[in-house]
Amino acid sequence: MRCDMPDTHFYHYDSYDRALVAERVAQFRDQVRRRLSGELTEEQFKPLRLTNGLYLQLHAYMLRIAIPYGTLSAQQLRKLADIARKYDRGYGHFTTRQNLQLNWIKLEDAPDALAALAEVDMHAIQTSGNLIRNVTADHFAGAAVDEIEDPRIWCEIVRQWSTLHPEFSFLPRKFKIAITGSPNDRAAVRVHDVGLRLWRNEAGEVGFEVIVGGGLGRTPMIGKTLREFLPKDELLAYLEATLRVYNRYGRRDNLYKARIKILVHEIGVEKMREDVEAEYAEIKDGALKLAPETIEAIARQFAPPDLVPRKPESAAVERLRLEDRDFGLWLKSNTAPHRVPGYAIVTASLKPAGAPPGDASATQMDGVADIAELWSEGELRVSHEQNLVLPHVAIEHLPSVWKALSHLGFGEANVGKITDIIACPGLDYCALANARSIPVAQRISNHFADLARQHDIGDLKIKISGCINACGHHHVGHIGILGVDKNGVELYQISLGGDVDFGKTALGTILGPAVEADKVVEAVDSLVTTYLEQRGEGERFVDTYRRIGAEPFKERMYGAL
Amino acid sequence: MALYRQDSSRPETPAVTLSNTDDVQALGLEVDRLKLIVLSFPKFTDGRAYSQARLLRGRLGYKGELRATGAVFLDQLPFLLRCGFDSFESDQPGFGEALHRARSLFSVVYQPTEDGRLPVSALRLASRQ
Ligand code: SF4
Repeated sequence: MRCDMPDTHFYHYDSYDRALVAERVAQFRDQVRRRLSGELTEEQFKPLRLTNGLYLQLHAYMLRIAIPYGTLSAQQLRKLADIARKYDRGYGHFTTRQNLQLNWIKLEDAPDALAALAEVDMHAIQTSGNLIRNVTADHFAGAAVDEIEDPRIWCEIVRQWSTLHPEFSFLPRKFKIAITGSPNDRAAVRVHDVGLRLWRNEAGEVGFEVIVGGGLGRTPMIGKTLREFLPKDELLAYLEATLRVYNRYGRRDNLYKARIKILVHEIGVEKMREDVEAEYAEIKDGALKLAPETIEAIARQFAPPDLVPRKPESAAVERLRLEDRDFGLWLKSNTAPHRVPGYAIVTASLKPAGAPPGDASATQMDGVADIAELWSEGELRVSHEQNLVLPHVAIEHLPSVWKALSHLGFGEANVGKITDIIACPGLDYCALANARSIPVAQRISNHFADLARQHDIGDLKIKISGCINACGHHHVGHIGILGVDKNGVELYQISLGGDVDFGKTALGTILGPAVEADKVVEAVDSLVTTYLEQRGEGERFVDTYRRIGAEPFKERMYGAL
Repeated sequence: MALYRQDSSRPETPAVTLSNTDDVQALGLEVDRLKLIVLSFPKFTDGRAYSQARLLRGRLGYKGELRATGAVFLDQLPFLLRCGFDSFESDQPGFGEALHRARSLFSVVYQPTEDGRLPVSALRLASRQ
């Protein structure tokens, strides 16, 4: 049975999109049946289940559900809660790629879970496997003050083009695309296989800077500019050309050298550009050129809600701010300016003190869905920092929203602070892990739980990965923590100075020998103390590090252990 | 290895068998003379031949038989058909039946390819006019 989808301010499926998702579920149901009957071997089944988001983890199957460009309606979030209750253990995990993972799925239930998702126009297509993955975007898209154009229009266009792409379903390796429509990049476009940045040129036209070959993982690299300015209607032709070059020439002899970043590194960005441009020249005026009507029809669906401008000041907000210190802190860290006067973008922190980053129970999901419906036009976002975003909240409703979020445990005033940690699933779930990530995050979170202290420390991003695959993005953490295994002992390598801000994208530098699990908190504490002693006026942790270098941090940290 | 051909009456020569690392564009005008080109899938996860197929059909305008050989399984069929393959060598049980169903497995396609199917974007444009 399909539910009626309420009006949303983002793309809603038409009968074609629905037909495709339904047919995909039917196809997968048949594949699961063939696997369960033994007709398919695990080796044959594996790529099929992966392209439907189904992984085999340490303890069970994990289903990774796509949340395209991180945008969700309240109704969709409620359905995710239902699915978590019915087919999992009643909770889910929001990931750094704006997906939701359910960790305890049974193979025989997977087709039903996917059918339930299809009822709200969602799927798990291409959330895994060596193909074009779910496209990610700025989580403030459609609300940010600094936005040139809503990147989700383009994410949707890319989503459709990449879905079951017949030529690119067996690439050398996975392929991640991120799009930002703001000069302040919140989508980390320089660390994706392809990053697209919308910008306005001197002639006043908006087009894409196409960035290629970025990525974290074992060989972290910052992407290089392939094309300075690409007219928007040529996006698909240019992507098709890029993917074709990669499909033909990307390495397939070594799993660890198969990403496009290695191809770009080995042949050089000039040669890559030459090849892509040559291919592009052949197809640019062909069927992939986007008709203005096509772009317009999709863009219309992302038209922002009709928000009536309101007064920016609210007596209720002022009163509560004076009464409750935590609310005041929350206003500072968890709200961002909205393009319509009198509104704010609210980030619900999925990082309450001591909790596993990004986890939400079904009850919490339902609760956030209610809040979105009451106070945010029924709309939500998932951020790559593993938080949920309420994009359209009237300033006078902030006290109610904060109270409701706090009631759910998502009202922590810590966005961008030291306890707003990104951590991969690590050894608690992941078959590839060297070490645990979540418990390390939890210990750091508990240690720095005091909100006033967190706000004094200021902006500080800690990112933790359980192995060199870097799903926790440790390379771009101001403090990066990487789990390594030395003769069966879990150790943690600490790096400093990573960043993903556009123009400042940098990879962290390893400080020295890895430290033991029970020393990580002390190590982080000594880094913070060094910063607090040395910081100059208005300097963030990473700024101080850039100014004074690694030595003072290193000395103090190893001295303390 | 069973052979499934869309049109079994067609001549099979002159033919050429290519490795998936060959540059198909080097064939140039030669393709007009060929009746059969065989492309290979050393592993079914190695997708280079899909690009070769599209270049042969789309760029070089190859009209003859295009055969997939090697690790060819029925679950690849929707992709193979869309890239222009029309003949298949496979030893997987049930392959023939799957071939009959493969075209109707998905009533909707998003990408323009050389298989002549109208992608959704074109259908939407038509319905709007
Ligand atoms: S970084 Fe390693 S341990 Fe963490 S989720 Fe990725 S593969 Fe697993």
